[in-house]
Formats: sequence, structure tokens, C-alpha cells
Amino acid sequence: MTAVSPHLDQQFRDAAAREQALDVAYDLVDTPIGSLLVATTERGLARIAYDPDPEQAVEQLARTFGVRVLRSPKPIDPARRELDEYFDGSRRAFDLPMDLTYVAEFHRRVLRELARVPFGEVVTYGELAARAARPRAARAVGTVMNRNPLPIVLPCHRVIGANGKLVGYGGGLDRKEALLRHEGALL
Amino acid sequence: MTLPPFERFYEQHRDEVYAFLVRRLGRERADDAFQETFLRALRAYPKLRHADHLRAWAFTIASRIVIDEHRRARPKAELPDVAAEESRPAFAELEHLADRLPPTERAAVVLRYGYDLDYTDIGAALGSNATAARQAASSGIRRLRKEIT
Repeated sequence: MTAVSPHLDQQFRDAAAREQALDVAYDLVDTPIGSLLVATTERGLARIAYDPDPEQAVEQLARTFGVRVLRSPKPIDPARRELDEYFDGSRRAFDLPMDLTYVAEFHRRVLRELARVPFGEVVTYGELAARAARPRAARAVGTVMNRNPLPIVLPCHRVIGANGKLVGYGGGLDRKEALLRHEGALL
Repeated sequence: MTLPPFERFYEQHRDEVYAFLVRRLGRERADDAFQETFLRALRAYPKLRHADHLRAWAFTIASRIVIDEHRRARPKAELPDVAAEESRPAFAELEHLADRLPPTERAAVVLRYGYDLDYTDIGAALGSNATAARQAASSGIRRLRKEIT
């Protein structure tokens, strides 16, 4: 059978994004801490996943954002560029629009506070809970961090235990440590 | 069966749809037709109510584009009977009754009664509009009734 050439395949994927006919576009982005699956809707960055299993990730994206899911590199380029800059040390804050439409209200409030924690600083789960006006919800904040749809960009790696321990990280503690070291928050 | 993510649908059918378009149009014109086929599919995709016969659906759209291409290339020539040739598209599997209909009527009948698309979407998939799609489906049905009785 005559197979579609990579060039034609790419043309279609670009055209689909250009026509804004997609519910969500995704691509893989290489970083020093591994390959990330990055997805975006027309509203903004929608998902960053560590250790992606594309098969499963695509199903999940379809369930959340709609069936018109397509791997398409162009819409991911702004995120790819900012992640590259972050990892090469030339960027300390992200300027990407975010799509948190499907994130529950409390989670969104906590994530908004999280976004304000600057590069190179850390905050405890309890402090972050207090900033989100729920001072006793440290544990719930832990759950919000665990389900953070946009790790790195929404810096849940900057949230640590009251005793100074790193506690946990969706992408694995090694990565949390690597990110904090990169930011100079750990020696 | 629920509708798979479009990425799956595209990966599954791109090569066979492309091969069909190359057979019918030649490699040079097949590239544009390929892009147009999957863009039309993408626009209509979320409105599909089930995932049966997705391959047939993709071929229906591709067939329609082949007809348009032939019409553009040879405006006065007789329209090719897409389903009658060797590389006959798969939607014939669904509704052999509709086989004898002219291509547009057949596609409209199959999309309306086989896939339950509404006329706006059929119009989009056929590259025309809702009114034309409704007319094509109803004249197809009238023709079928005549043949059966």
C-alpha cells in the first residue's frame, strides 16, 4: 500500500492546527529531566505529563477536552520554547496562557497561588494552604499538587514539607530535587 | 463503541485512504485531496454518534473529493462511477442497496441512514450544504423505493 509520507503527514497536522479545528493538540518535548507530553487547547496550555504513554494520554485528553485530539507540533512550539529557555537558565517565569477550565474550583484557587511562588523559592504545603485562604487544608493542598495538570509551569516542585523534606512529586522525587537544584533552591 | 480520539482514527485510516486517492487521482493530486479528506473528517468528527463503519465514512468523504476533482479536471465529461471500479470504496459494504445510486445520493443516504449524521454535517462532509445534502438523500431514497417496488 502507498503510505503517507512524513512530509504529507506533517502538512496535514499543521493544517489541522491552523484551521483551529482541534479540541486539543499535543506533542512530545525533550527536556533534561526526560520527555514530556505537552498538550494545548485554543485557550492555552492544558497538560504536561511526565513519562508519557501516548496511547493512554491521548485517550485521557479526548475524555477531558473532546475527541478532536491530534499530535501537532506547531501549537506546542511556544511551550517548547519557554521550557527550553527555562532549562537553559535564561527564563525564570513562564508567560504561557493556561487552560484550567476542567480543574475544580478549589484546585484552581490553590494553583493560582502556586503560580505566584517565584523561581528559586520554596513554600510549605501549610503556607500555600493559608495563602489560598484554607489554612488547615495542607493535606488537600498535597492532593492538588499531586494532580497538578501543568507541572514545572505551575511549580509544584517548589512546595515542600514543614520539616524541610521534599515529601513527594508526581514526576518522582529525583525530578523535584533536580528542578530545585536547577533553581538554586537546593545546594 | 465510543468514538476514538481523532489521532487514532487518522493513524488507522490515513494510509489506505491515501492509497485510494493515489489510485484514483495520481500521486500529484492525491496529496491535496488527502489533506482535504481528513480536514473535512476532522470538522464533522465530533458530531458522529457512533464509531461503527468509520473506515467507510472516511472513504465516503474521500470518494466525494475524487468526484469533485474529476469534475474540476473534466467539467463536461461524464462523472466516474466511483463504486463500480475495482478499487471500490468500503461504504459499499454497509449498504449494498445504495450501490446503484449516483455517488452523491449514495453518500448522502449512507451518511444519513448509516451514520445518523444531520444534514449540516453531511453537507460539510460532502463539501456542499445542508439543503443540497437533504435533496440528495431524499432523491436517493425515492430512487431506491422505485427499484424495490
